[in-house]
Amino acid sequence: MSTTLPPPRTAERTNYLNADYSWQSWLFTTDHKRIALLYLFSITAFFFVGGAFAVGMRLNLLRPEGLFQHDTYNKLFTMHGIIMVFFFLVPSIPATLGNFLIPPMIGARDLAFPRINLLSWYIYIFGGIFAISAIVRGGVDTGWTFYAPFSSTYSNTHVILAAIGVFISGFSSILTGLNFIVTIHKMRAPGMTWSRLPLFVWAHYATSLIQVLGTPVIAITLVLLGLERILHAGIFDPNLGGDPVLFQHLFWFYSHPAVYIMILPGMGVISEIIACFSRKSIFGYGFVAFSSVAIAVLGFLVWGHHLFVAGQSIYASMVFSFISFLVAVPSAIKVFNWTATMYRGSISFETPMLYAIGFIGLFTIGGLTGLFLATMAVDVHLTDTYFVIAHFHYVMVGGMVLAYMGGIHFWFPKITGRLYPENWARLAAAIIFVGFNLTFFPQFILGYLGMPRRYATYAEEFQVLNVFSTAGASILGIGYIMPLIYLTWAWRKGPKSPQNPWHAKGLEWEQSPTPPPTFNFDVPPVVTEPPYNYAEEVESGGH
Amino acid sequence: MADIDATLPAHEEAGLKHHFDDSAQQLESSTLGMWVFLLTEIMFFGGMFGAYTVYRNLYPDAFASTSHFMNLTIGAINTGVLICSSFTMVLAVRSAQLGQKKALITFLILTLVLGCIFLGLKYVEYHEKWVDHHIPGPGFRYEESQYFHQAQILFFLYFAMTGMHAIHMIVGAGLLTTLIVMASRDRFSAAWYTPVEMIGLYWHFVDIVWIFLFPLLYLIGHTS
Amino acid sequence: MDSFSLFPPRASTTAPQVDALYGYLVVISVAMTVLIFIFIGVFAFKYRRRSADEPPPRPIHGSIPLEITWSVIPFMFMLVMFAWGTKLYFENYTPPRDTLDIYVVGKQWMWKVQYPDGQREINELHVPTGRPVKLTLASEDVIHSFYLPAFRLKHDVVPGSYQTYWFEATEPGRYHIFCAEYCGTNHSRMIGWVTVMEPAEYQNWLAASASGSSMAEMGEKLFEQYGCITCHVTEQQSRAPSLRNVYGHPVQLADGRTVLADEAFIRESILNPNAKVVKGYKPNVMPVFQGQIGEEGLLQLMVYIKSLSQPDTPRNTAAGVAPTRAAETAKQAQKQ
Repeated sequence: MSTTLPPPRTAERTNYLNADYSWQSWLFTTDHKRIALLYLFSITAFFFVGGAFAVGMRLNLLRPEGLFQHDTYNKLFTMHGIIMVFFFLVPSIPATLGNFLIPPMIGARDLAFPRINLLSWYIYIFGGIFAISAIVRGGVDTGWTFYAPFSSTYSNTHVILAAIGVFISGFSSILTGLNFIVTIHKMRAPGMTWSRLPLFVWAHYATSLIQVLGTPVIAITLVLLGLERILHAGIFDPNLGGDPVLFQHLFWFYSHPAVYIMILPGMGVISEIIACFSRKSIFGYGFVAFSSVAIAVLGFLVWGHHLFVAGQSIYASMVFSFISFLVAVPSAIKVFNWTATMYRGSISFETPMLYAIGFIGLFTIGGLTGLFLATMAVDVHLTDTYFVIAHFHYVMVGGMVLAYMGGIHFWFPKITGRLYPENWARLAAAIIFVGFNLTFFPQFILGYLGMPRRYATYAEEFQVLNVFSTAGASILGIGYIMPLIYLTWAWRKGPKSPQNPWHAKGLEWEQSPTPPPTFNFDVPPVVTEPPYNYAEEVESGGH
Repeated sequence: MADIDATLPAHEEAGLKHHFDDSAQQLESSTLGMWVFLLTEIMFFGGMFGAYTVYRNLYPDAFASTSHFMNLTIGAINTGVLICSSFTMVLAVRSAQLGQKKALITFLILTLVLGCIFLGLKYVEYHEKWVDHHIPGPGFRYEESQYFHQAQILFFLYFAMTGMHAIHMIVGAGLLTTLIVMASRDRFSAAWYTPVEMIGLYWHFVDIVWIFLFPLLYLIGHTS
Repeated sequence: MDSFSLFPPRASTTAPQVDALYGYLVVISVAMTVLIFIFIGVFAFKYRRRSADEPPPRPIHGSIPLEITWSVIPFMFMLVMFAWGTKLYFENYTPPRDTLDIYVVGKQWMWKVQYPDGQREINELHVPTGRPVKLTLASEDVIHSFYLPAFRLKHDVVPGSYQTYWFEATEPGRYHIFCAEYCGTNHSRMIGWVTVMEPAEYQNWLAASASGSSMAEMGEKLFEQYGCITCHVTEQQSRAPSLRNVYGHPVQLADGRTVLADEAFIRESILNPNAKVVKGYKPNVMPVFQGQIGEEGLLQLMVYIKSLSQPDTPRNTAAGVAPTRAAETAKQAQKQ
């Protein structure tokens, strides 16, 4: 698959990367593949900004008495949350891999609205500028959850600036979701029926439903918050007749479904990888596809589980608790189906598969610990402690980020036309896995012991576990920096990739050169076989 | 960009973008896209309707009090104006469908004029509220002092909802102007008039939001 | 340093109950995780690709019985979690009738504790063993949360409303109080200690820390100081309703509604009297006290007004009442 000698310098085929090198061709592109790369670079930059804040936090938490001023620490965790949620996780897989792969996967030439696609990137950058300016001008200290009345009346940091940044970036998310929904409905190639869609596409379809229906609610919530900060009319201020808990309902109505925006695309990636590296069709395709949509729908009905101790009616809490258990079932179904796919498969352990297996393990732990929080009486003890932090980092980092890394590696040859160094990549995956668990598993214990979250200083007895966690974070950091280096190197200097290095099924691998041309398909492909049709494959050895 | 375009197969039909197979697919995509966008707008306004419902139920007496300060006359006229503008918009789409350029431009201009009348009357109404010190903020005053705080919250929501609606109208006015310019430059024909149809959908939606706002804010409780 | 433990100390009747449910969750989660890890491990090893030109495996598209089984069985386990968790939650938030009431006011960044007999503390809470204690929580500014890890209990402290929870302490000792809802700069310093004492020792502590007036007495002073007494005179009821026997009973309002005169009603009636005018009386007569009386004063007034509804022997104070046995089951307890 990889050569040891550099390939001869023959004329390179025209592809979407080398068709035009001018900056205008990049900044005014409407090619979904180039837009995906624009997103890739900006999202990576935001990831390391958010990561830098995490470094600051973990350094502070080495000592019970802390390191930074309290205000500084409060800004660190706030900005870490805002950047990681809104500027990294929400767009991550959809805006990069989704943008790049959905058209070829369904046999389309581009997304339905290419110019809106470019607009969504510019909106994202515009929102990011506001967020960065909030940081540069001194930061925000409300927590990424912006709870009133602290955020509306008491905080004297740049709340409005940060809220504007999140508000604007929300429209980027909405437009991406809108584009995907229309594309998947209307632009499938002949023969590409819904039941032949790759599960990656199903996952993005479900994600897009949430993006489109949920994001506008946080948009209006932030508008109301901003207006309240300026006018002090009292909508969230109890001294003026308002209800601070109303803010929480409005906020979580989006922000809970948002966490499914932040995991469903990752699950789609995992389906593709497991199928390819087991050389087997995903077990229970229909159930996995249906589960994606079920998660999206049920996800809108559980937001009250963030309000069990906030003064919500006990009967409402019971309903939210019950549906929260219900929404765990489709996720469990997916985990079982992926595992069953490996049964009697023909499994190889390249980097994407390592990430996928890691995902299944860590997402299982993350998802199960969610059940602890859905259980009302236990949530009373655990809410607002490090248990919650451990839970959501297991699903978002152990889950989504691992899936993102797996997907980046899996499609790296397709996107760049090069191969990444497999051994370095496996090493980085192992380092990330170890570092991650060392960072976050102690936090489950810290949570049950009673250490609250968002604490700049903490009781002495919590120090040992915090030191472990910081040690893990430093290992995790190394694990993230490694791909930054070797993937950048491989893009420029890595060996050229054959068309289908993984011998994967799927239109994006089989019917498209590597890297693809600007114009995906001269003639729309006609689909006649089900997805993941590995059993019928003839070893092609790559074109 | 020119290099990339050179590799595209030729499409004879005017306005057909290269990534679509045929104009039917393009039109269906545009229509579905606009409907999905309107769905997001429903959720956007929905948040405010939700907050409004909560406070109205919490403070029924204060609500009854504030409803006397809604200018029912202007509200009713504006409702009529918007409904007429939706009608002229329908006629505009129809004209486009039939390839009647002059009628299209006429009806678009009529729709725009009616929209501007709405916005003008809105300004009069807001000015009235300004004079009455009913704009939330430091200058807020209220006649029935026992409802001061609740009234401020209710007026806050009134301005948030009608203000957001007015912003959407202003955007709509901008879109109509763009359509008028495009139409006068012969960009539309019976074969392709998608933007007219799409912006028509948007305009009708903005109208429907008002149809919900008007009874909720102006009519209910007015006589109590 | 103490020996390392995975659990905080257990100092209340609820703690072992929550720990038991947590234990169930841990067992199920570990079992599920181990199961998945084992399956993946075994499959990864057994079905590893042995040669590059191995033929592709036979596809197995699915199995509906399997899907149903592995959906229903986990869901059954989850139903137990749901039922058990809901029942325990209900019990923990339904105080028994006869509680020792203590009042906690949170403000940036301290806890102010008041006892019915008038003792006051900052960032400290003293409670006896073997007696149900009900905390009433109020905030002077933003949302806080009063968290007692050793009791496995917390509740948000929301400005503009009273929140309550109850517990029965079992184990003497000193345990953490943490604020558990981010509230600004010194959120992580808004901490304190809850001291649990045996009943005899507790009585001694109460006597030693007595400050003179009980909360009801302080409330009565405020009642005179703010002029409430000029209208809310027991015998005449022309300008304002009498407050004797109001707390805890239904009240008819001028607009026809009937509401229960609970803590929230009393609080609202002081801060915003025109929100709910009692039948037979006019609005705009009682002054609006919003912004004039602090949370602590409101609580003192509350205790005074509550005392107007009760027989003469002081109840819900620590003095003169023998502690009850370990708490009755929640089924018998009634919401106050």
